[in-house]
Amino acid sequence: MPEVMTATRSPGEYSAAGTILEVRNLESWYGESHILHGMNFNVKPGEVVTLLGRNGAGKTTTLKSIMGIIGKRSGSVQFNGRELIRMTSDKIARLGIALCPEERGIFASLDVRENLLLPPVVRPGGLTLDQIFELFPNLKERLKSQGTKLSGGEQQMLAIARILRTGASFLMLDEPTEGLAPVIIQQIGHTIARLKKEGFTILLVEQNFRFASTVADRYYVVEHGKVIDGFANADLAANMDKLHTYLGV
Amino acid sequence: MQALYAQLLVGLINGSFYALLSLGLAVIFGMLNIINFAHGALYMMGAFCAYFLLNIGGINYWWALLLAPIIVGIFGMILERTLLQWLTGLDHLYGLLLTFGIALIVQGLFQNYFGSSGLPYAIPDQLRGGMNLGFMFLPIYRGWVVVFSLVICVATWFLIERTRLGAYLRAATENPTLVRAFGINVPRMITLTYGLGVGLAALAGVLSAPINQVRPLMGADLIIVVFAVVVIGGMGSIMGSIITGFALGVIEGLTKYFYPEASNTVVFVLMVLVLLVKPTGLTGRAA
Repeated sequence: MPEVMTATRSPGEYSAAGTILEVRNLESWYGESHILHGMNFNVKPGEVVTLLGRNGAGKTTTLKSIMGIIGKRSGSVQFNGRELIRMTSDKIARLGIALCPEERGIFASLDVRENLLLPPVVRPGGLTLDQIFELFPNLKERLKSQGTKLSGGEQQMLAIARILRTGASFLMLDEPTEGLAPVIIQQIGHTIARLKKEGFTILLVEQNFRFASTVADRYYVVEHGKVIDGFANADLAANMDKLHTYLGV
Repeated sequence: MQALYAQLLVGLINGSFYALLSLGLAVIFGMLNIINFAHGALYMMGAFCAYFLLNIGGINYWWALLLAPIIVGIFGMILERTLLQWLTGLDHLYGLLLTFGIALIVQGLFQNYFGSSGLPYAIPDQLRGGMNLGFMFLPIYRGWVVVFSLVICVATWFLIERTRLGAYLRAATENPTLVRAFGINVPRMITLTYGLGVGLAALAGVLSAPINQVRPLMGADLIIVVFAVVVIGGMGSIMGSIITGFALGVIEGLTKYFYPEASNTVVFVLMVLVLLVKPTGLTGRAA
């Protein structure tokens, strides 16, 4: 395992004070497979924090564990001071946490409008449909189309758009750029930047750190189900060599 | 010619029961992934519930149409909460065996207390008599069963295909984990859906009581045909169940007129043919 750099703060070192999400010793299992081995990190309000790591490192499992959709987990996940570890995912969502899954989760039996309106509004402050269509004009033209008939980029937009309506202030985006054309990636980057400006807190999972560097405030590097390093975006250049080693690029 | 029309009417009435029962089965299969073999027993319970309401509580047919589906639906929800929910994620076979066992127990209990013969349930006064349509005589109660079933089927289709609640149901059929992560209480929705499906079976039971009498095995006689209807329509397909239910009732009725010897098997012959040509059923989607 690569040595943790001393130039940056060690994993989880960021103060718990003023954090919106505090993850401590999070462990998760898929059946008999032990996936997360004690994740420690935090996210502050209004930040975009990115989990970086190779395939299979445990990034997606971390998001699923926070959201409560992993069968078995232990440790502590606190959101605004409330412990989530024993909560069911529907209750977690109602606290204002929303997940945009890696596979996008567009429902084939629902049209675009139904997909968009599916997640219930859990608290005030969500985007209106007009605001969503301003962000993603393509969706407005495809409202009657079957959700899965959209292009990959449009499906990604739909997957992000539908959680913006809910009023959730903490968004977890799992590989939102995966498999998309550069022009769409750029549009998603603009969207994330705009959401950040509007006060959303975002936990992003990305393998594409070039994309992540355009939006992230901080990074955590995940390997073998643990955070092994963490640094601010300002320290990215200084950490580039190490990041290449971590990610094997 | 009168005999043909009479058989058509019988076919439509049978089709109404097939449609209501297969609709309930489709709703339950779509949402819970359970092949609910207890459906026939729950249909029978609906008829018995109407019988008890009338003979013990003095509650008439019209109230029974409302109360029996609610009472049996609550019984279904208790079954779901206490037994069926533990089968989530397991092979279909477990659900089939468990519900088959429930059906045997429920039918056995009723048979023990009430025997095998039918108990009479009178047609309500407002629906007695008939109308001469010129080409045939239409008993009013039978016409009411067809129209009312059609209205309930269309209303259920509308609920599932055209409302926000229906969108939740459809989405949860595809990916319950994600729907729950959106903040929707999926386990409660599953319980209510099972209650809805069971309520539809009980409603069919109440409608059937004045025509077929109230018998412990009335559901067992019907359930195999209803499963054939569901398979032909496409497992889990709402509209497929409704259309196939009515269509097969009519086909069965016509067969009784043209070739009575085949009337008991025509539905199964059609099922085999449909499965050969389109294994997912007429309106079903591939898994």
